Amino acid sequence: MNGDQDPIINQVTQREYKYGFITVLDNDALPKGLNEDIICQLSAKKDEPEWMLEIRLKAFRYWLTMKLPEWAHLKIPVIDYQDIIYYSAPKSKKPTGRFEDVDPELLKTFDKLGIPLDEQKHLSGFAVDAVMDSISVKTTFKESLADVGIIFSSFSDAVREHPDLIRKYMGSVVPYRDNFYAALNSAVFSDGSFVFIPKGVRCPMELSTYFRINAANTGQFERTLIVAEEGAYVSYLEGCTAPKRDKNQLHAAIVEIVAHTDAEVKYSTVQNWYPGDKNGKGGIYNFVTKRGICLGDRSKISWTQVETGSAVTWKYPSCILRGDSSVGEFYSVAVTNNHQQADTGTKMIHIGKNTHSTIVSKGISAGKGQNSYRGLVRVSKNAENARNYSQCDSLLLGDQCGAHTFPYIEVDNQSAIVEHEATTSKIGEDQIFYCNQRGIDTETAIGLIVNGYAREVLNKLPMEFAVEAQKLLQISLEGSIG
Amino acid sequence: MLNIRMLSIRNLKAAINGMEILKGINLEVNEGEVHAIMGPNGSGKSTLAAVLAGRDIFTVTGGEIFFDGKPLLGMAPEIRARSGIFLGFQYPVEIPGVSMVNFMRTAINEQRKYRELPEMSASDFLKLMRDKKALMEIDSALASRSVNEGFSGGEKKRNEIFQMAMLEPRLAILDETDSGLDIDALKTVAIGVNRLRRPDNAMIVITHYQRLLDYIVPDFVHVLSAGRIVRSGDKTLAYELEEKGYDWIKEENQE
Repeated sequence: MNGDQDPIINQVTQREYKYGFITVLDNDALPKGLNEDIICQLSAKKDEPEWMLEIRLKAFRYWLTMKLPEWAHLKIPVIDYQDIIYYSAPKSKKPTGRFEDVDPELLKTFDKLGIPLDEQKHLSGFAVDAVMDSISVKTTFKESLADVGIIFSSFSDAVREHPDLIRKYMGSVVPYRDNFYAALNSAVFSDGSFVFIPKGVRCPMELSTYFRINAANTGQFERTLIVAEEGAYVSYLEGCTAPKRDKNQLHAAIVEIVAHTDAEVKYSTVQNWYPGDKNGKGGIYNFVTKRGICLGDRSKISWTQVETGSAVTWKYPSCILRGDSSVGEFYSVAVTNNHQQADTGTKMIHIGKNTHSTIVSKGISAGKGQNSYRGLVRVSKNAENARNYSQCDSLLLGDQCGAHTFPYIEVDNQSAIVEHEATTSKIGEDQIFYCNQRGIDTETAIGLIVNGYAREVLNKLPMEFAVEAQKLLQISLEGSIG
Repeated sequence: MLNIRMLSIRNLKAAINGMEILKGINLEVNEGEVHAIMGPNGSGKSTLAAVLAGRDIFTVTGGEIFFDGKPLLGMAPEIRARSGIFLGFQYPVEIPGVSMVNFMRTAINEQRKYRELPEMSASDFLKLMRDKKALMEIDSALASRSVNEGFSGGEKKRNEIFQMAMLEPRLAILDETDSGLDIDALKTVAIGVNRLRRPDNAMIVITHYQRLLDYIVPDFVHVLSAGRIVRSGDKTLAYELEEKGYDWIKEENQE
């Protein structure tokens, strides 16, 4: 680029992560470290029933026997699990669930993040569960949703208020033995949301959970469970941010989705955890196990993710297509800039007959970022007429980043049709210049080109989120061509 | 009639990878004028266009350019564009996934912002787009397609002229817009250009062949050879050139 553009490029490269502020709060935290005693205290703080503590301890004991997975295309420094705080909650008045009782500092924080918790002020058509560090601060529209039989509450509340449902479904899709981070999460999970849509109900609003990590040295262990009964429909959104801190922080989540006969669940994520600074210092380690099961016939689960944050992302939202004619979808945009690393993709497990799955993955690498797509399509022996279409595209900005694709295809039924397409492209200087020549500056041009590239995925997001996600993509790549 | 000076190029020299392409160009363009620049392949025609637009792969090694009285060199390409310079590309670039509507709306609003005008509303913009499409006789499906993606050669060139109509530049530089066009496409492009000629704008039409000048009648013709303008005249120069070929210029130059 021109010499006279350098100051502009520098300016935007050094632009602050917008959500990097810290809220000064009095915290009620457990000491650092992980052992059975800590887990007992954590469970007690959450006022949990005995059976939940037992699950946690079982998971913890199993976790102790497990080894860290090393197959991902990621370079992760050794994490000292004894150096992490596993429970930290903003100390406020008794959590009554009433808006009037929420600490004003917390309200201000979520306001600043663009998530007003006052139902009067709230974006129409959205209900929010706001989670700060280890606890849910407030769940909006809980009562009006309950009128149509929908349960939308913090996971912790659900454990106490709907123990039968939790015991029935929790761990049914992601058992604690599933993997290292799943076992860890099952032992120490903090909060998240529980969604239950009863038979035949179409959820009248978008449900969303906003995760915020605030406290230092604290891990967040999100746990979310969504159950859609026969013929039910829900669209659920998840957003995340964290303050700028020099030290890496851990976010290890489990999300489980169960879709019964004719049910449909749409799950969208805009992940904007603090990615670390431009030298790769700090940032969130994001290890997530997300999985849904299409239990009933003609059920459908659709994952859409826009991953722009985190220093390290390890995440494979998956679908088990057990019901006949069930449908699984995965739409993903993953951005890695500066020193960010992402190893992300999906698993589509075809078990039922006539099951269909679609995978559209758009990786964008800039700076020194490393971006890997890793996906498995498995067609089991009895999955007659299974179909999969996969499309994995990589876009490179600059010459110091990397894009990698690791597709795994396992087909045990001759009638299956599995298609895989992959492309790699670069944003060319000539494309940028073409935009410049029409009066569009380089930053805007990159935003335009990247959003064009990711459009297929962004179109899958609910309207309000799509607009946010577009802006976010542009911001995450600012200064990446220079 | 008082001539208002728009562009002054003075002793412009430019190089790529250390090789000098432009070796001292002098050119004055006034409002309302159409200048044709002709010359053999490799004479520096496209380099001149690119340097005027601010393409940074070329290094300006000497001389000055003034546009509406302001020095142009050192100005970022998008600022030049916003100031009213438009380049019709010889090889228009494809931008997959970005619709023409979105691309043009972004461009127009960036330009308006620079000129301290309010953003154009969506309905005004769509109306403008409809009007210009009609003016340029452009297929209406074009707007919903991605920028130049999968366009035929002729469609790409017409799309350049369409963008010019949308942006209404003060100075349009058309770099071999006629190359690769059949006669019908050439006519469409020429009709479009002629409809955009106004007393307060100017055009530089770069072409290898005389035939475009049958349809776009220039006020001046300049012949570029080996990085210099070796001859200037009115439109009859183009005919002479067509008749005698470029060797005539080369030979004459060596004398």
